Amino acid sequence: MSKNKKNDIPKIIIFYAFVSLFVGIIVLPFFWQFMTSIKPLSEIAAMPAKWIPSYVQVQFYINVFTKHPFHRYLLNSFIVAVTTTLLSILIGASAAYALARLRFKGKKFMLMAILSISMFPTIATLSPIYLLLKQLHLINKYAGLIIPYITFALPLAIWLLTNFFSQLPKGFEEAAEIDGCSRLGIFFRIMLPLIKPAIFSVALIVFINAWNEYIYALTFMTNDLMRTVPVGIALFPSNYELPWGDMAAGSIVVTVPLIIMVLIFQKKIIAGLTTGGIKE
Amino acid sequence: MRKNIKKHNFMSSTEARDAWLMMAPALIVLLVIAVYPIIRTFWLSMHEMMLTDPSSGYPYIGFKNYFNILKDKKAIEAILFTLKFTATTVSFELIIGYAAALIMNKAFRGKGLVRAAILIPWAIPTSVSALMWKFIYNDQYGLFNDVLYRLGVIHSYKAWLSTSGGSFMALVITDVWKTAPYMALLILAGLQMISEDLYEAAKIDGAGVIKRFIYITLPIAKNTVIVALLFRTLDAFRVFDLISVMTGGANRTESIAVYSYKNLMKFLDFGYGSALAVLIFIVVFIISLIYMRFLGNKLTDMEG
Repeated sequence: MSKNKKNDIPKIIIFYAFVSLFVGIIVLPFFWQFMTSIKPLSEIAAMPAKWIPSYVQVQFYINVFTKHPFHRYLLNSFIVAVTTTLLSILIGASAAYALARLRFKGKKFMLMAILSISMFPTIATLSPIYLLLKQLHLINKYAGLIIPYITFALPLAIWLLTNFFSQLPKGFEEAAEIDGCSRLGIFFRIMLPLIKPAIFSVALIVFINAWNEYIYALTFMTNDLMRTVPVGIALFPSNYELPWGDMAAGSIVVTVPLIIMVLIFQKKIIAGLTTGGIKE
Repeated sequence: MRKNIKKHNFMSSTEARDAWLMMAPALIVLLVIAVYPIIRTFWLSMHEMMLTDPSSGYPYIGFKNYFNILKDKKAIEAILFTLKFTATTVSFELIIGYAAALIMNKAFRGKGLVRAAILIPWAIPTSVSALMWKFIYNDQYGLFNDVLYRLGVIHSYKAWLSTSGGSFMALVITDVWKTAPYMALLILAGLQMISEDLYEAAKIDGAGVIKRFIYITLPIAKNTVIVALLFRTLDAFRVFDLISVMTGGANRTESIAVYSYKNLMKFLDFGYGSALAVLIFIVVFIISLIYMRFLGNKLTDMEG
């Protein structure tokens, strides 16, 4: 693409037209949502649609935090997603190390089992987990959401970390063995520091998956003050009204931090996503 | 790592034991919170279990719930809808994802920006993207009508989400928008394994763009594409969030997961709802077994 021969110019124009169209379609819904969130109420219902508001107002953003317990949704999502991520990496890292670097019988079976657990449809475990949480009085408790989240977060973390561990060059362990390091010493003092950047990639992906989860959150958090963001925002509409402005403002509030995170860490996220070929 | 190279010493004799010890916490957790519930779902699906009627004692009824699925018109409709939705979305995602991956595989100005943009739909919650698009499809002041009207595609505003065909299209577009970029990333990773030299050599031999695509790109990217395809298929098959938020299953857009959820949490029919959930599980499980066959090399590599 870099050569500037004359006959290349139309090609380059067509190419960039495609790229712009592609990016345009991705970005357009966000642009529209953002414009909706700062429009005056009368202009949301304008026909034909008014793309750019005639003046900016922030009432919908105020509504999001005053008419709905949106700060609680954010806090709940944050507590649940962070705890889930930390726990899965804490429990998952040593298992991933064993799967990637140690030799034992039945390894392939274990890898397959963990991969297939990571693909369990949430709906397939919903009924027994619901009955269990009810029995343990964990409905509307953080633990009642974190425990089921571990079911998808832990296998995901193990699978991704196993991929990263197995990419490390062979021979580290042998050298350490000669120096008289124990197996746990090797894991904590040599392997974990080596894999630090990868752990961060995996943590980001697990966090986003937990943050975005819907079915469990919808079912196990029935008290409005315990809802997470994805569910809370979806339940904004009441029987009387469809508050499009509030929903737009709410979705901008959730989306902007995610977009910033993605922009800053895109290389890490892509490394994590493509290493295991896994998971939306 | 050949086994015969490895010297017998203290470390290697305890290797297997240490491996199991290091995996133990994770395995115990997974057994308790993932494997046990799945087995229990099977068990529930063999019982008559209306939570509203505990006096029945929840009797064992064998496969009756499964036979009832076959007799239930709404269930059959949900299965057919899910199949149609899966086939449609995955095909569009494949075509668009592949095209986008081919574009991103070139070196051009602004590539980093495109890559970042592509991650955004993946990163936001499905329920939020469903809400965003729901407003776009609004019959009176939605963007969709506005754009199509200005382009002259439609001559009057349409209520997209109040017809069966319109709702289906709306769901497909939203799903493709959210996941085609992700598909593009996976396929791109596969394309990047092809070395530039191979193309150069083919070019020197006089192979045109199309020939190079058929004889170099396709065979090498094949496995990546299949893996991405299978992954999207099993994801589309269990679709729930999108439909639940956007149409609530109205206008014949009820997927099996949505129908199963309704039976479980609305009608509190845990027996029948679990049977439907098991059905989804079995289909997803079969797809994931095929998926693992294609990941086979990778799994064997790790076996070391």
